[in-house]
Amino acid sequence: MLEVRNLTKVYAAGLLGRRGVVAVDGISFTVEEGEIVSLVGESGSGKTTTAHMILRLLPPTSGQVMFEGQNIWDLRTKKDLKRYWQRVHAIFQDPYAAFNPIYKVDRVLYQAVSLMGNREDSERLMQEALEAVGLRPEEVLGRYPHQLSGGQRQRLMIARCYLLKPKLVVADEPVSMVDASGKAGILKLFLELRDLYGTAVIFITHDLGLAYYISHRILVMHKGKIVEEGTPEKVLDAPQHPYTRKLIADIPLISRRWEDI
Amino acid sequence: MNISSLLAAEDVKAYYASSKGFIRAVDGISLEIDHGDVLGVAGESGCGKSTLGNVLMMNVRPPLRLLGGKVILEGKQDLATMDREEVKARVWGRVIALVPQSALNALVPTRKVGHFIKDVVRYHLGFSTRETMALAKKRFQDLELPVETLTKYPHQLSGGMRQRVVIAVATLLNPKLLIVDEPTTALDVSTQKQVLKLLSHLRTEHIVRAIVFITHDIAILRQIATRIVIMYAGKVVETGPMELILQEPAHPYARGLIHSVLTPEPMVRQRGLLHIVGEPPNLLQPPPGCRFHPRCPHSIPICSQEEPPLIGLGRDHLVACHLTSHSRCWK
Repeated sequence: MLEVRNLTKVYAAGLLGRRGVVAVDGISFTVEEGEIVSLVGESGSGKTTTAHMILRLLPPTSGQVMFEGQNIWDLRTKKDLKRYWQRVHAIFQDPYAAFNPIYKVDRVLYQAVSLMGNREDSERLMQEALEAVGLRPEEVLGRYPHQLSGGQRQRLMIARCYLLKPKLVVADEPVSMVDASGKAGILKLFLELRDLYGTAVIFITHDLGLAYYISHRILVMHKGKIVEEGTPEKVLDAPQHPYTRKLIADIPLISRRWEDI
Repeated sequence: MNISSLLAAEDVKAYYASSKGFIRAVDGISLEIDHGDVLGVAGESGCGKSTLGNVLMMNVRPPLRLLGGKVILEGKQDLATMDREEVKARVWGRVIALVPQSALNALVPTRKVGHFIKDVVRYHLGFSTRETMALAKKRFQDLELPVETLTKYPHQLSGGMRQRVVIAVATLLNPKLLIVDEPTTALDVSTQKQVLKLLSHLRTEHIVRAIVFITHDIAILRQIATRIVIMYAGKVVETGPMELILQEPAHPYARGLIHSVLTPEPMVRQRGLLHIVGEPPNLLQPPPGCRFHPRCPHSIPICSQEEPPLIGLGRDHLVACHLTSHSRCWK
């Protein structure tokens, strides 16, 4: 469904942009329908830049992003782009930034409903979407973004996915600002979305532990390159690349203490 | 109260005054911090843990108000009775230092780290530039932080390095107690480890005597804490030695918090994805009885009627749950 071919992004830096910074260095991968693929790496590994290129928010220096056989940079008309962003949905780290603080949170759902051209049924659809993400409509509707917790805001963003039913969700660190006690709940929503509508997910995180619980495949990124790829069991239990081993060693575990601190 | 404890809070109540009434962020909390302790304070956002951190060093400013209780330093002095200016001059930085949440943004963007340190030290000690730089250099070496950092601007440093620099600056005057609030949140796993290394270094180098570590991340606390206090809606629901609580959490909330940790280790893989359903209560009107009862999977009628007292389960292990006092069959 999605194919990333030799994708590269070089940011211009230094005087007159002569010194380029290679953020993403010729990566290729595919995402099939209903598949959950995690991109794991530390900050600066190029995972967010990759996400922005897939979302068509940032032009690649070279390489292509093919969605359902079409190069997304060939989409030019407003109509085509709107359609693309309906089918490929973004969820970002800070759900607060996605809301306009002046408006009640209902607005993000209304927008999604009207994008689908379903105005008359809007109330019912919104209620259903909220219930699907574990929110009681009366506890969120009519409120302002600052009145909700980080977890509730992120659930609301995911409720949009239940309304828009995208083919692919690109989720960039969706739980890093959610309390530890609520992370699993948010991850489950992505799994449910996949089960219900066959939604594929690109899950971006620095935490291999989280990726283990949600992914079909894990891609480990380091300095703009994919250095390891495999099923969660393979990557976590038999890591090949030294960087993957380091990432695993740095995960704090509850069964034992690090000996080297 | 243990006479030897470094800092002891006794039935501390600190509420935020709002137009709708008091927000009971810290509602009758008692705890002790001994020399050598790394006390973990855990709980969800909005449970009052950051407020507790501020109250422990008497950083109480409107709308936050102290409505009762004592904060006793080294068995003698009650900080709650001291004047704010006096606490500021005599206690802050020298005896108790606080590194608040997002402190990594405290560095001044237009000042090099070394100059920033000079400003801070001059305020506290009136040192000359040369003395300050020597002190800072020595301390950075002791803590294995790169000395070149002193001549850099904050934007040239990574988030993890800024956090470590801020902690090093906060402990320049060798405070006995260091309070850190969510120092690892929003950092990468590898950088988190470096921050923990630094904190443990501060203790082994005897720069600080005890640490209070505030976080919602139990797996992080596991790496460094000796004891843990689990807070829910302004109250302590369980406290005890770190390992014991991890193995035998008695309070349903403590169990929920521990079981929602997502690490790729065998016992967690077996449990799968678990989380605590619902949201913490509004502290303007906390639920009657046990504040956790609306979210508790095991609640019985008494839970909504009477507030459970903190009772001892064993050496140093306290829990506030009706089910533990009635029977332990819910396990």
